[in-house]
Amino acid sequence: MKNNYDIVVVGGGPGGSMAALHASKGGASVCLLEKTRDIGYPVRCGEAMGEHAIKQFFPPKSTWIAADIKRSRIVAPNGVAIDIPFNKEQAYVLNRRVFDYDLSLMASREGASVFTKSYVKSIQKNHDNGYDVHLDFLGEHKVIKTKIIIGADGIESRVGRWAGIKTQVNMRDMESCIQYSVGNIEVDANRIDMYVGDNWAPGGYLWVFPKGDGTANIGLGIGAKYNKKKSAKKYLDEFIDKKYPNATIHTTMCGGVPCSKPMSKPISDNIMLVGDAAHFINPITGGGIAAAMKSGMFAGQVASESILVKDYSELFLNKYIKLCKKDFTNRHEKIYKVKETIQKLTDDEMNQMATKINKLPTHKITLSRVFTTAIIKKPSLIIDVMKMFAGF
Amino acid sequence: MINIKEYRCDFCTACVTVCPPDCIEVREASIEIDNDICIDCDLCIYVCPIEVLSSDEKQL
Repeated sequence: MKNNYDIVVVGGGPGGSMAALHASKGGASVCLLEKTRDIGYPVRCGEAMGEHAIKQFFPPKSTWIAADIKRSRIVAPNGVAIDIPFNKEQAYVLNRRVFDYDLSLMASREGASVFTKSYVKSIQKNHDNGYDVHLDFLGEHKVIKTKIIIGADGIESRVGRWAGIKTQVNMRDMESCIQYSVGNIEVDANRIDMYVGDNWAPGGYLWVFPKGDGTANIGLGIGAKYNKKKSAKKYLDEFIDKKYPNATIHTTMCGGVPCSKPMSKPISDNIMLVGDAAHFINPITGGGIAAAMKSGMFAGQVASESILVKDYSELFLNKYIKLCKKDFTNRHEKIYKVKETIQKLTDDEMNQMATKINKLPTHKITLSRVFTTAIIKKPSLIIDVMKMFAGF
Repeated sequence: MINIKEYRCDFCTACVTVCPPDCIEVREASIEIDNDICIDCDLCIYVCPIEVLSSDEKQL
């Protein structure tokens, strides 16, 4: 580990690795710091991602993919299921352990230095128009001088807090999530299931994402305000007992997902936040891999440009925000508005919709057709919602 | 004062994200709350998906 890098990336998830990869590609010297001992572990993710979302970056490797998803099922509060085939493109359930690890390898091949067990303790402005990054590396205190820090440090983004960016999430938008990796279950290996309604997951949804060989990620997110009365864990345990009583639980993971609006200004002088750290998450599905990778890519590109022109100011880094806006944050803003509306749907209303849709002949159950014909209430809105679920 | 069942914790940082005074520090396998800064708002208790945290008044 050197004492000086042009760019320091904090966090080794997909956002951090993409940032390191593209910053290195642009010619900067880059150091990626990951606090845990393994890149890619622990996994805190449902691991589903749309085909297009991944192909815009790389052709997917077979080792990244645990399951090919061809259809989705949405289960209404009363148990009525709607099956929706994916027509144009499919989705994947990934092996994030392998995927994240490979992304960090790609970054290192472009020249980035990658370090695990590197816990950043604080950052301080120095007199050299940059920052000193203080970290604990294998139990020893180290200081790295840098010009740009890319905070890919997840929902809690301490980098963001230290830089004076408001990273705290309003409880209203916070989802409490828990997921089990389970074995010994029978599921359709090419279908993802989503359960909606207050009995399954109030203020969120419950998912069953298959991972091949009778295994799946089964998890849920509930609005944090509901978690107060009954924890996410209790909801999930009840579901497993009821639906998959023979399931064996091999991993338990939990997390918070900020289903808020994207941060309007995830930058300050010398600092850029990417991915979860910038609240770049689809506010309805809670999916964030693609947005993390995209923002990481943009941040890496802009950071390397800023090194070339020796301008690390917020004004210069604003280019990063513009790129994100055009690509996905404007869309996330719209999705947030849709979320506010669908949150008002009652269980009864959702049940009625499911029943109406299922009266259609099977071949007519395509996304757009189903909802324009069946839903009299705000058809355009429901299409948007379903597209988001289907396409991530 | 917030009580922590450390062996139950998954170190997911959901609590850190909602903490107004930023008094929780989570590392790879440790969680600490600075009780001098904590304002006893209990938001961390509400958000925790697996009931790691509790307050003196409301034992879970």
